[in-house]
Amino acid sequence: MKLLTHNMLTSHVKGVTKGYPLLIKATEVKVNDVDFNPQFVCRMIPKLEWSALVEAADLLGHRQDLPSELVPDYEKNEDFLKKVHRALLEVEVIEGCLQCPESGREFPISRGIPNMLLNEDEV
Amino acid sequence: MASSCRRPEHSAPPDVVSLSSRMIEIQSQMSERAVELLNLPEGQPCFLLDVGCGSGLSGDHLSEEGHYWVGMDISTAMLDVALDREVEGDLLLGDMGHGMPFRPGTFDGCISISALQWLCNADKRSHSPPRRLYTFFSTLYSSLVRFYLCATFSLSPRFLELITAQAMRAGFSGGMVVDYPNSSKAKKFFLCLFAGVTGVLPKGLGSETSGRTVPNQVQYSGQRCRFKNMKGKSVKKGRDWILDKKERRRRQGRDVRPDTKYTGRQRRPHF
Repeated sequence: MKLLTHNMLTSHVKGVTKGYPLLIKATEVKVNDVDFNPQFVCRMIPKLEWSALVEAADLLGHRQDLPSELVPDYEKNEDFLKKVHRALLEVEVIEGCLQCPESGREFPISRGIPNMLLNEDEV
Repeated sequence: MASSCRRPEHSAPPDVVSLSSRMIEIQSQMSERAVELLNLPEGQPCFLLDVGCGSGLSGDHLSEEGHYWVGMDISTAMLDVALDREVEGDLLLGDMGHGMPFRPGTFDGCISISALQWLCNADKRSHSPPRRLYTFFSTLYSSLVRFYLCATFSLSPRFLELITAQAMRAGFSGGMVVDYPNSSKAKKFFLCLFAGVTGVLPKGLGSETSGRTVPNQVQYSGQRCRFKNMKGKSVKKGRDWILDKKERRRRQGRDVRPDTKYTGRQRRPHF
């Protein structure tokens, strides 16, 4: 599970109002090499929840001086874009679990795939 | 060809299905066409969702176009295959009938190849197809920014109604694009839905040739044909007529027996 996906995931259990952001409890993390596409990173930055991203990267120990606030002129700042690219697409959680901040319900992650299947009573 | 190999959802629930190589080829072609129909802006890498991604066949087409994608599937076996194939998209294990676990406005578009028909079957007693369809479409509508596209190769009229009703209820606009509507084998249905954007439905392939036959044109042929044949239709009650009639009924979407060597054969007198 990449941090880009994690930034978009919420808990969709019935009755949960604040299921975002999911807390990552990772036991295994991997860093891959992904081609850098500045256009894509630029387009995704406005859609991200910046604080959630920084928190997640921090938890995984891969924050690597990502600023806590979004810098205003990021389109031309290639260094910044590269850092964001690394955090979003290269850091991957292989084993662990995601915890809902409201209910504490855990979604396990195995082989990099989070299990978002719900039980009958949660739909 | 047994009907169960054309319609895998009739043989097993979605988490245990396996695909033959012909199915894989069909899925590949549909994925290509679906990406074409999505009509995403040229040269811009988008963030897409693939619902029912399976082993990542359709996702690979998305990656080829330079897009980034997240795939969701209910089958661990298929997702394992996708992992082995080292697909570029991020995978999720989830049930589309439970709703999309994403926050609003995340994706630029969504495709799902041969996945929607699974929602029309109730695999467990507690499943209600209309409710699952509505949950799927309404949560999809909020996670999406622009388009949703679903492709399927077989769709009975009953399911079509059910699906479009729930989609419209959820707020989508759009409709069905049919490729090769007159060929029962090549016919493919693409459900194109637009969320929050007025869109023009793209044209289906193979539909330009349908209106061209002029019934009263004289066919020049070396043989003498019966006078009735000049109308352009087959002689009534012959084998050709029967085959034509069956084809017509298939186009209308009815259930028709497959054509075999026994079709239109002379029966013994006691029939």
